[in-house]
Parts: sequence; structure tokens; C-alpha cells
Amino acid sequence: MTVKDIIEKLELKCLNEANLFTEVTGAYASDLLSDVMGNARAGQIWVTMQTHKNVSAIASLKDLPAIILVHGAVPDIDMLEHAREEEVCVLVSKEATFQVCGKLYALIG
Amino acid sequence: MIFKADMHIHSVLSPCGDIEMSPSAIVAKAKERGMDIIGLTDHNSTLNADVTRRLGEQVGLHVLMGAEVTTKEEVHCLCFMPTVEKLAEFQAFLDSRVIFFENDVDRFGYQLVVDEDENVLDQVPHLLINALDLPMMELSQKVYEMGGIFIPAHVDRPTFSMSSQLGFVPTGLKFHALELSYYAKRNNYKFLDDCPWFSDFNFIQSSDAHFIEDIAKIHSVLEMPSFSFDNFKDALRQGEPVIL
Repeated sequence: MTVKDIIEKLELKCLNEANLFTEVTGAYASDLLSDVMGNARAGQIWVTMQTHKNVSAIASLKDLPAIILVHGAVPDIDMLEHAREEEVCVLVSKEATFQVCGKLYALIG
Repeated sequence: MIFKADMHIHSVLSPCGDIEMSPSAIVAKAKERGMDIIGLTDHNSTLNADVTRRLGEQVGLHVLMGAEVTTKEEVHCLCFMPTVEKLAEFQAFLDSRVIFFENDVDRFGYQLVVDEDENVLDQVPHLLINALDLPMMELSQKVYEMGGIFIPAHVDRPTFSMSSQLGFVPTGLKFHALELSYYAKRNNYKFLDDCPWFSDFNFIQSSDAHFIEDIAKIHSVLEMPSFSFDNFKDALRQGEPVIL
């Protein structure tokens, strides 16, 4: 399953197109950056409500191809700028973490 | 006596601190901008604090030695220690709670321990902006036990603040004041309209400078009979907000 497949299946809004054809190996849901730094694995999609610049920095550092912001969250401008520079895909779901994760689990869990 | 204080300044030890932020440059700029007191508060480390204090002493600038600690909840808190001995003990305490994650210099920046003459003495290997394995409540207790000063940082900000991470002031949490960022409007605390539960506390406001030109772009004013660590602590506790 690629990032593009997930965008279509979950009806996500894409704010920064990148890694669309990267294979997604799983997902990690957390709002604590230290937790993601310690426990997320390369290739996973990151589900979070955090919207600041450090989020794209961590995604790039951990080789996470895409971030799904939940509940219609709006990323900070510098988060998006950083995501463009670092080629991280930024996606937004209208739904909350529970629903997003449930759908992801059904697809790739 | 009236003292002008900028209590939140990062040096080259913080990965996000500009390379020009050496202790000597910080002291010179703070002095030039008319500060009487500054706080040296690098992320999760105090290792450039004592050298900054000694440089300050040479020009009559009081430097409070501390760190901006990232708690387990990812709340930033300013912590200051009264003596060099306590500072070393506090540093050992912080080190014991590090969640090791190697600093990627290209992504985050250098973390340099330096001397008076800007010689690099050491580079800290673990990423200092990561959270420590240390709850905010325990950090506050530890700082109080050690006779230090504890100030939750930039409580008006949408990231890494008590308001963003918790959304409230935990019952039983002890602190000497709360810090407002440069962005909180002076004399017009819109933030307090949004978060009225913060209104009962004393505030300082500081620059959170990472670049030399930002030092003292905002400051707090405190009144005390003469400067000492304990007088500073008492001044923070005065009934009225100390910010002018």
C-alpha cells in the first residue's frame, strides 16, 4: 500500500505532495515527539494533532514518508515549509485519531 | 532598587542557538542593552552557565545559572540553581534522566560547551531538545528541594508550554512565577482572556533569545533591596505581577 493509496482510501487532503509512491509499512500514532523519536519505525505513517515545525523535522529524521494531521488540524506555515524542504508528505483528515487509526489498521495493520 | 532582567537566553549549547551565541557575546550584548540580570537557560543542560556567570561578574552583570528543561509531558520549564555546587548536582540529576537520542548536527545544529574565549571544550552527543524521563511535578519538587527557582516557560505559546501540553495548571504544582513569551501582548494580556485560570499568578516576560539581536528585546523589571539569588526569588513571589 502506497501513500497515494492511503490518501484515496481515507479521503485525505494533501498539503504537501511527497513520497506518493512510497510503500507504507505501518503507522504510529502519538503526540509526544520524544515518543515518536524513540519508537516510530522508518516507513510508517505518523498520525498526530501536533502542527509545529518540529513535527516535520522528526518525520524526516525518522524516515516517515507522511504525516496525517487529525481532526482538520491546520499546520503552522513553518511546518509546511520544512516539510517541503525535507520532502515529507503532509496530509489532513477531518476525522479524529481513533477513526483514522481504525481505518489504517484495517488497511495495513 | 530596580533590576532589569532577561531570564531566558540560549547559548551555542542549545542546538537551535545561533553559533554567535557564545557566553562572552551574550554577556556583552545583555550589558549593552542595559540588563542587570540574565538567565542562561540552554535546553536540558547547564554546562555553559557557570562560565557565563563568571564573565558576567567581570562587567557587573548578574547571571542566574540554569536550564530550560523539557519534561516528560514536553513542557518547557526554566530552572535556576543558587550555587555552582547545586548546579553540578542538578546537572547530574538531568543526566540521569536523559532519553538517549543522538544529535544529528546537520538537522538540529551543534551543541557546544565553550570557555571564556570561545574555545570549544566539548560537544554534547545526545539531542538536548528531546524530552527527559522526568514528569513536571517531580522536576518542580526537585528544584524546590535544592533551593532553586522554578518557572514554567512561555505559557502563552501553542507548543511546548503548560497550556499547550496540559491545558491547565496542575493542582499542587509549585512554581515561583510563570513566563510569558515575547509574543504575549504587553499591557493587554489577550492570552489571559483566553486562559483566565492563569490570571492569579505572577509573571515574568523574557526574550527566549536564540540569536544575539534578540537578547533583551523584552525584559522584566524586579524590585529588591540588593541583588542575591534569594532576593530575586522573593521578588518573583511578590503579590503583584513583576512585569512592567
